[in-house]
Amino acid sequence: MSRPLRVIIAKAGLDGHDRGAKVIARALRDAGMEVIYTGLFQTPEQIVQTAIQEDADGIGLSILSGAHMTLFPLIVEQLKAQGAQDIVFFGGGTIPPEDADELRRRGVQAIFTPGAPLSEIVSFVEHECGKRRELVG
Amino acid sequence: MNDTDAGAALLRQFEARSPRGLARAISYAESGRGAQLIRHLFARTGRSMTIGLTGPPGVGKSTLSSALVRKARSLGKTVGVVSVDPSSPFSHGALLGDRIRLTEHFTDSGVFIRSMASRGHLGGLAGATADAVLLMDAFGLDVILIETVGVGQSEIEIAELAHTTIVALQPGSGDSIQVLKAGIMEVADVFVVNKKDHPMANQLKREIRSMMEMLDFSGWVPELVMTQATSGEGIDELWAAIENHVAYLQKSGEMAEKRLEAFTHQVRQLALGHLQRKLERELRSKVAEGIDPYAAADRVLQSFGVTPEGGDEPIRPPHVRASVKGLM
Repeated sequence: MSRPLRVIIAKAGLDGHDRGAKVIARALRDAGMEVIYTGLFQTPEQIVQTAIQEDADGIGLSILSGAHMTLFPLIVEQLKAQGAQDIVFFGGGTIPPEDADELRRRGVQAIFTPGAPLSEIVSFVEHECGKRRELVG
Repeated sequence: MNDTDAGAALLRQFEARSPRGLARAISYAESGRGAQLIRHLFARTGRSMTIGLTGPPGVGKSTLSSALVRKARSLGKTVGVVSVDPSSPFSHGALLGDRIRLTEHFTDSGVFIRSMASRGHLGGLAGATADAVLLMDAFGLDVILIETVGVGQSEIEIAELAHTTIVALQPGSGDSIQVLKAGIMEVADVFVVNKKDHPMANQLKREIRSMMEMLDFSGWVPELVMTQATSGEGIDELWAAIENHVAYLQKSGEMAEKRLEAFTHQVRQLALGHLQRKLERELRSKVAEGIDPYAAADRVLQSFGVTPEGGDEPIRPPHVRASVKGLM
């Protein structure tokens, strides 16, 4: 019996703009995934604890506040500290290309910026989270 | 790693009381691979207090859950929350949003929250909810809160699974006839009127009271509590009502029956799950056009070795008992 992929969609820090997060959540839901939405103003620790308890295959973080260079690396660190690097970590928002490159170097698997087609995001999540699922069962 | 090795590794993680172990164990159960694990852990179950929380969408179930978790934590108890939301019948995907109301408990190591998608299950729970409850019980959590999907009128499965069932209602959602209808109104051990600051809250309270005054109860008489979950008002009273019910179950000896109910529920779910998968296969292969539906059903049943029975006997789960006897 195959279980749908499970993905956390999170908003972190002082950032109340959740329209993008809701659109992504809906797109992943329509692609047959179980999407757990954390709500606004979460700390990195809250997001990673949620991913662990929910046995999520991936975490998608939306940031439109400009704090991406702080919050993305904190989640990477938290995942390491919890021994949960198998969980796919991706994100999106208003992130300049040079920052996106730096974040990828620091362990964020993908950064999607405004204008990225939903189909591209969905197939990334299906592919990468699918690989995690094969690995851990 | 093969399945047996993976299962053994998982059991070690679980026994080391790692939250990841519990999380992975629930996933195993959800994908139909929980048998070995539960066989190992079953002897350790039966210690948790299980509370079911049901009611229509938007009544405040998750907010009530969060307030109850806060209360239980203040008493030093560890808590598990299983929260069910519906799956799409079309894409099979789901948006699980109950956590939004529970954020204050995310980093409390004494609280474990799991969202579950109903995955086509219709009784208000998910197919693996009972497994998740057993696993949380074996993990040593003191209190387990089970929050159903937002229900309509007839999803009463929760009453089989939980020791104490709370039915939450909100003011302004129908006239006095609604409280007389069959279904979820009959399974409450505790009624909660949430959003008590609403102008019509007292009217709903009176309607429930007058419904209950007409009825004769054997043993437990449901308590009625007014709450405002967002501010925490009435939560102490709600907790006291739950404890009264648990004390009643223990004193009257009905706790043993409740446990048997939950056990039977789970066995029924497991058996039905297998039968349904087989049935779907048979339906695909045996149902052809050109015969009437009764003949087609006979043909499907033959492959189960079942002879169709004349059926005027109502199908009822044998163990769901309400304490309502009828009118006075």
